[in-house]
Amino acid sequence: MSKPDIGKGLIEMSHGSGGRTSAQLIENLFLRHFDNAWLRAGNDFAAFDVPAGRMVVSTDSHVVTPLFFPGGDIGSLSVHGTINDVAMSGAKPLYLTAGFILEEGFPLAELERIVTSMAKASREAGVPVVTGDTKVVERGKGDGVFINTTGIGIVPEGLNIAGSRATAGDVIIVSGYIGDHGVAILSSREGLEFGTTIESDSAALHTLIADMVAAVPDIHCLRDPTRGGLATTLNELARQSHVGMRLNETSIPVRAEVRGACELLGLDPLYIANEGKLICICPAAAADKLVNLMQQHPLGADAAIIGKVVADERQLVVMQTAFGGQRVVDWLAGEQLPRIC
Amino acid sequence: MKYVDEFRDGDVAQLLAKLIRRTVNPERNYRLMEFCGGHTHAIFRFGIHDLMPENVRFVHGPGCPVCVLPAGRIEAAIKLAEESDVILCTYADLMRVPAGKRDSLHKAKARGADIRMIYSATDALGIAQANRDRQVVFFAIGFETTTPPTAAVLKIAKAMELTNFSVFCNHVLTPPAMAHILSAGEANIDGILGPSHVSTIIGSQAYAGCCEQYAKPIVIAGFEPLDVIQATLMLIRQINEGRCEVENQYTRAVTQSGNKKARALMAETFEMRPIFEWRGLGALPDSALQIRPEYAGFDAEIRFAMQAIATADIKGCICPAVLRGLNNPDECKLFGTACTPEDPKGACMVSSEGACAAYYSFGRYRVTEAKR
Repeated sequence: MSKPDIGKGLIEMSHGSGGRTSAQLIENLFLRHFDNAWLRAGNDFAAFDVPAGRMVVSTDSHVVTPLFFPGGDIGSLSVHGTINDVAMSGAKPLYLTAGFILEEGFPLAELERIVTSMAKASREAGVPVVTGDTKVVERGKGDGVFINTTGIGIVPEGLNIAGSRATAGDVIIVSGYIGDHGVAILSSREGLEFGTTIESDSAALHTLIADMVAAVPDIHCLRDPTRGGLATTLNELARQSHVGMRLNETSIPVRAEVRGACELLGLDPLYIANEGKLICICPAAAADKLVNLMQQHPLGADAAIIGKVVADERQLVVMQTAFGGQRVVDWLAGEQLPRIC
Repeated sequence: MKYVDEFRDGDVAQLLAKLIRRTVNPERNYRLMEFCGGHTHAIFRFGIHDLMPENVRFVHGPGCPVCVLPAGRIEAAIKLAEESDVILCTYADLMRVPAGKRDSLHKAKARGADIRMIYSATDALGIAQANRDRQVVFFAIGFETTTPPTAAVLKIAKAMELTNFSVFCNHVLTPPAMAHILSAGEANIDGILGPSHVSTIIGSQAYAGCCEQYAKPIVIAGFEPLDVIQATLMLIRQINEGRCEVENQYTRAVTQSGNKKARALMAETFEMRPIFEWRGLGALPDSALQIRPEYAGFDAEIRFAMQAIATADIKGCICPAVLRGLNNPDECKLFGTACTPEDPKGACMVSSEGACAAYYSFGRYRVTEAKR
C-alpha cells in the first residue's frame, strides 16, 4: 500500500470513502500514533473484559477555533475533556474512542500534528484510544477538524458522587486558577491576537481525583467548569441539588494576566472556560484535609476553598465582592460578548 | 492588578460610605442619575447599592451606546448586509440588539449574511484590505469615546484610496442627550454622575452649558467603584450646599478641554447631523454626527442609498422610560419573563451596560425580593 504524503498532502474525499485510501490513512496516521493491540486487531470494535462494579460512560464533541492554541490543541483537548468528564464521577477512566470529521483540503501535516498530540495525551494519561472512525466532509462544510471522543471508566466501590448531592453546610473547593483556557483561546483568535503568557490549563484530572476520592470517599460533587466557567457550573450544581451557594470573591484564584485580559475586553473571569480545573463540594469537616492533599498534586497546587453551600429555595449563587458588596452570580446568558466601551 | 485594585479597595469604600452616611441630610432624598452604562455596570457588579444610605438612589441614564440605537438603524444595516452582499463589521454587543420583527444581526448572520464581529475600527479596515473584491461596511456606533477611532479609519481609508470600504455612521453626542433629559424634567433628578470615557475626549467643560441652564450639579466620574462612590459624595455635597457646578472626580484621565487631537480628528471627518432618532429619547436635533462631504465616498448611507426605516416600538417594553430615568427595569411587565438576556425584547436587556441586563444579571431584583 502506498503511503499518503503527510508532509504536503491534503485530506481528500476518498480518505473517508472506506476504500483503500481510507485504510492507508488509518494505518499510516492513526494506527501509527495510537498504536495498541485493540487497534492492531483491525476490527470495527474493541473488545475487553469488564471488571465488576459500576461503569460510567461520557461523550464529548470538540470544536475549537483556533485548532492550535497556547498550551494545547484540539487533539490534547479532546483527550483531556472526555477523561475529565468520566473522572468527575470518581471513576478511573479506562478506554477512549475517537471519531474524526475532517474537511476536504485539510493539510495532512496538521492532522498528524493533532493526532500526535492526542496520542501523547492519551499515553500520558494511561487511557488508550481503542477504536475510532473517520469521515470526510466537502470543503466548506466543516471547520478543518471536529473530534468526538467517548470514554468509559469504572467507579471504585463506595463512591457516590453526583451533582444532586450538595448539602447546606458543605464547602466549595476549586482546584486552581480559573479562566486560563478561555483567555488563551481568545488571545490567539483571529482578529484579537494579544500578547499574553497565559497558556490553556488543558489537563487530565483523573489522577488528582483518584488521590481525592481515596482520602475522602464522601465527596459529594465533582464537576469541571468548562464552557460557561465557574459561575455556570455552580448554578448547575445549585439547581441540581436545590441549594444556594455563597462565594467569597477574594478567595477565588484568578491570575493577574487573566484579570487584565478580562478587564480589557469587558469579560468576567467567572464565566470563562477552563479545561484542567475541577470544582469539588464536600462535607465541611473534610475540606481542609482535601485542600491540603490537592495542593500536593501538581494539578491542584493552587486549590482553594471559595465558598459554602447554604439552604436557599431560590437556588442563588451569591458572591461577597472584594469591594464589600454582594452580587448574584447568575447563569451565563447567551455568550459573553466584549463590551463596546 | 496595578491601576485597578487601588480603585476597588473595600476598606476605602467603607470609609467613603461612612462619610456619605454622615453627609446626607436625612430629611431629604437624593436622586442621582449615573449617566453611563459603565457606571450602571460598576454599581451592580460591585454592589455599591449596599453601601448607600436609604435616601440615596441611583437613577440609570441613557449612556449605553447600544441601548440608544433605534431598531430602524439596525434593520437598515441588516437589509444592507442581506441585499447588497456586503461584509458588515460591527462591535460585538450590537449583535444581539433587537431590530424590528424579532430580528437581530445575530439572526441575520445565521441566515447567511456576512456579518463579522470586530474589536476595533481598524479591524474593519483590515478586512477591507483582505477582501478587495467585496464591499466592506463598518457599522459604527457609540458616543464620543468610539468616534475618534472611526474618524481615524476614515482618514486612513481616504489616504489609501480604498474603494471597497465605507462607514455606516451612527455616532451620537452626549451633551444633547443630557440636555434633553434635564429639559424634560420628568426624571426628577438632583444631580448627575457625568460620563467617564466620553469626557476624556470632550473634556469636563463640555457640560458647563447644561449645568448652568438646568441648574443641576454634575460630577464627572470614572468607572471604577471607588470613582463612583467618591463622585456620589461630591454630588451630595454640592446638593447640600446648593451649588450647581461641573466638578471632575476623574482627574486622572479627564481634563477641562479633553483630547484636542481626537476632537480635531472628529471635526475634520464629521459634521453635525441635523436630526437623529434615539431609542427612548425620540428625534433630537443636533445630537448626532454624519460624515462630512469631503469623505462622502466613504459614507455607506450615500454609497448604498440607504433609506431610513421606521419601526414600531415593542409592545409592553418600557426601555424608553428606563433610558429617561423614569422607571426601574423591574417595573416592566416583560422584565425577567418575556425579556431576558437570553431572549432580549428591549435594547436595555442586551448589553451588560444596559440597565435591564445589569438588574437581571447581577440579580439585584432577587436580592431585593429576599430582603422583603
